[in-house]
Amino acid sequence: MAAFFQANLPYLLSGISVGGQYALIAIGYTMVYGILRLINFAHGDVFMVAGLVMVYASASMPIYLSIPLVIVVTVALGFLIERVAYKPLRTAPRMSVMISAIGVSYLLQNCALYFTGGLPQMYPAIPWFSNSVTIGSATTKIVTLVTPVLVLALIVILELFIQKTKIGMAMRAVSRDFETSQLMGIKINSVISMTFVIGCFLAAIGSLLYFTNYPSVVPTSGAMPGLKAFVAAVFGGIGSIPGAVIGAFIIGICENIIKGLGSNWTVFSDAFTFVLLIVILLVKPTGIFGEKATDKV
Amino acid sequence: MEKTLRKDPAKKIGSAIAVCLIAALYIFLFLLDNVLPANSFTLMLIPVLKKGAIYSLICVSMNLLNGFTGLFSLGQAGFMLLGAYAYAVFAIPAEQHPAVYQYFDGGAIGFSIPEALGKLLGENAGAFVGSILCIIIAGIVAAAFAALIGIPVLRLKSDYLAIATLGFAEIIRAVFQWNSLGPVTNGSNMLRKYTSFSAIKIGSVKLATVFPFLIAMICIGIIVLLINSSYGRAFKAVRDDEVAAEAMGISLFKHKMLSFVISSFFAGVGGALLAMYQTTIQASAFKSAMTYEILLIVVIGGIGSISGSCIASFLYIACNEWWLRFLDSGSFFGISVPFFRDGFRKVVFSVIIMVIVLFFSRGIMGDKELSFAGLVRKFQKKSAAGTAKGGAQK
Amino acid sequence: MSDKNIVLHVENVTMQFGGVIAVNNLSLDVPEGQIVALIGPNGAGKTTAFNCITGVYEPTNGLVEFCGLPMVRNFPRGKMKKQYQGENADKYIHDPAIAPSPDKITELGIARTFQNIRLWKSMTVFDNVLTAKHMRAKQNVFSATFRTNAKEERRMREETEALLAEQDLLQYKDELATSLPYGLQRRLEIARALATEPKLLLLDEPAAGMNPQETQELGAFIQQIRDEYNLTVFLIEHHMDLVMKISDYIYVIDFGSEIAQGVPAEVQNNQRVIDAYLGVSEE
Repeated sequence: MAAFFQANLPYLLSGISVGGQYALIAIGYTMVYGILRLINFAHGDVFMVAGLVMVYASASMPIYLSIPLVIVVTVALGFLIERVAYKPLRTAPRMSVMISAIGVSYLLQNCALYFTGGLPQMYPAIPWFSNSVTIGSATTKIVTLVTPVLVLALIVILELFIQKTKIGMAMRAVSRDFETSQLMGIKINSVISMTFVIGCFLAAIGSLLYFTNYPSVVPTSGAMPGLKAFVAAVFGGIGSIPGAVIGAFIIGICENIIKGLGSNWTVFSDAFTFVLLIVILLVKPTGIFGEKATDKV
Repeated sequence: MEKTLRKDPAKKIGSAIAVCLIAALYIFLFLLDNVLPANSFTLMLIPVLKKGAIYSLICVSMNLLNGFTGLFSLGQAGFMLLGAYAYAVFAIPAEQHPAVYQYFDGGAIGFSIPEALGKLLGENAGAFVGSILCIIIAGIVAAAFAALIGIPVLRLKSDYLAIATLGFAEIIRAVFQWNSLGPVTNGSNMLRKYTSFSAIKIGSVKLATVFPFLIAMICIGIIVLLINSSYGRAFKAVRDDEVAAEAMGISLFKHKMLSFVISSFFAGVGGALLAMYQTTIQASAFKSAMTYEILLIVVIGGIGSISGSCIASFLYIACNEWWLRFLDSGSFFGISVPFFRDGFRKVVFSVIIMVIVLFFSRGIMGDKELSFAGLVRKFQKKSAAGTAKGGAQK
Repeated sequence: MSDKNIVLHVENVTMQFGGVIAVNNLSLDVPEGQIVALIGPNGAGKTTAFNCITGVYEPTNGLVEFCGLPMVRNFPRGKMKKQYQGENADKYIHDPAIAPSPDKITELGIARTFQNIRLWKSMTVFDNVLTAKHMRAKQNVFSATFRTNAKEERRMREETEALLAEQDLLQYKDELATSLPYGLQRRLEIARALATEPKLLLLDEPAAGMNPQETQELGAFIQQIRDEYNLTVFLIEHHMDLVMKISDYIYVIDFGSEIAQGVPAEVQNNQRVIDAYLGVSEE
């Protein structure tokens, strides 16, 4: 056991770190799903756009300006997507909204392809964050250690927000029953916008942490982390924030340990996530913390 | 019922027009393959026609599942990959194996079906029959996997089904890139040198464009027959209301499975045709983005319309590979436009798609079919209305 | 009422959702050829009882027999073992549980309609009935696709046409099912159920939303199809006039449990029934 731990420490560390980053994306998925019953396929691409904005912003301004800019732009993008692509379809069948989400994802990726010319964009080094540290046998970046702490802090704040504030209460009401909350006078559109704003804010922070560990950003960078974060949300029980976070950590750690098994298995580090997804869907389709919904006949 | 239909003159004229148009199409394709000179026009037209036919089949197969059975599945790329690989693996000539499987000691399979049949029937006939055989194998492999995957996955509801099928497609893609399966799949390297469209000929008559049209048309024809049969109606019943369908004795699992397996069979066939068209394939190309692309074509054509899917496929491929190329080229009728550079075409495209999704969500055809009988009837009605008006004036 | 064959026999059926008992130890018999009604105030558990019989729900405990053969049987299992609050928990524990899906039950010969009409909305009137014939068609997916058994398809179409003619729906056959007026939609739903060739027909509030004139016609219609198709009818209904007029026997439930049973005259004068209705509901 100790030997396994020793050998896998670097993978374990990066697993926890990646898990935390997935968690930040997964919260965006799970909150949107909780309220709109929509898999927001574009969320992973919003995450990618946040990465690209950072690349371009840091080229022309200092880092302490570009980080807030990334967050503002990402939040604005999320807000815009909801207003343009999802709001008009509020009464449409669920399939149409999902198709719209896929369309937005396609659009964001193609726009990114156009602006980057298809070339990988070097991600800037963020001072202090990108510095190396050595723990035991492993050398890693400071961001790896900061991520779990930051993630937990953000989640506590988010939980407080949802439990204690008025808009948080409105969010809980809407996720329980969309139509009734509307009848009770809750401003459904502002609640939904707020959900997207929070989700994108966290995705922006997630992208700052995530891409620091990678050399560059490409237009498809967001697709895989996005899907994995969604799987994490499903795994934890879609609609449940703690569930999404736990799911994200499990997926992040498992996938990195698989990477540690040797080069022959690396191809499965992505596929593993989906194996986990299918297993959980078969054993407990509502996820670890999900609640069962029954259809009335 | 049948009798009354047969008496309907509009139907008769309609089917006559359809038969004539199809015959004309095939004559044109045949001429394109053999007689017409290769110029810049035909060089653009031929690939668009081939790929359009292949995409039609793939989109119709997806429409069968998503549009007619109401199962929101996103696994199409995975089944296409299975089909493409199953085709390629059995169609690489033995002497090419060392070159193709250079990292895997010439691979584990020592034969090729078109080649084996070539020895029996002669080279051209062998390639023709052999590739059809391989295409059928491709379909069967995809269908068999669908049957396996369907057992657990089809119990899931709408978006969970979507994400689970998407997940399976990703797993299949990873498995095919796995080095331990390299002797068959060539790992993450590409498969090539298998029988492609250019090898399909009868005597000296080339059928490179006729062939994909023929296969796609037969397959789409079968799907249309299925949809108009009692099973097709049962699929629609499942789509419209699962609870009512089950209460009327339609087994949900059986019919969802049937639709899933049949759709995957034709997706596999489509994958095999795509492999023939591209002449090389690589597992890494069959990403979920490919499924999204197909889904968007289906949406453009109209969910629940076969003819819509076909029209949209040709339009999409033509725009993508031909008509909108100028958006990437940096100039427009000789005038240089600075923002027309690589990738701009795709941006324009995705904006068009979003406009369709948001404002014309029924697509080109809605859930209606293009029917010549309907057109004839409309025409007759118009002329009848014209004469009626004339009568009233008297 | 024991001199006739029992078509449907429900015994100690309990349906518990979490901590809520929706149907509590319900037992009833539906004899062949009769019209039996299940009545009770809103939320009494009538539709849940129907759903237990037709396989939509798996009852927590109890037995349902169809024509003398056990069709659904269950005992508190898994989580329910601890949570179960009903009676007779040990009665069926020694027999294996049976829980066929709704389509299997329909195949045995039970057809139903729904409280809130569930027609296939993209299909025409004709196709709605024709599709219900799918279950009994002698064909497989190949013979159907490649039309090798055109006779079967023709037979189905002819039978559908005949059925629609009998129900006075033939003139609407090419219209969308959902474009019909409400009363006709209900009638179409019954026609669709009849197309599955049932022995027992379950009607869930067939007169809901109908005016008195339509309700009266419906009563005659139910009796007429019972005779024409040799059916047994088991129905849930709120219109007391209708129930009292056409039923041979009535069961009354409230809060999931039976509170009375008998022929219409008996039930009408039963004090518990009067209390249940006047005390709780607005009817």
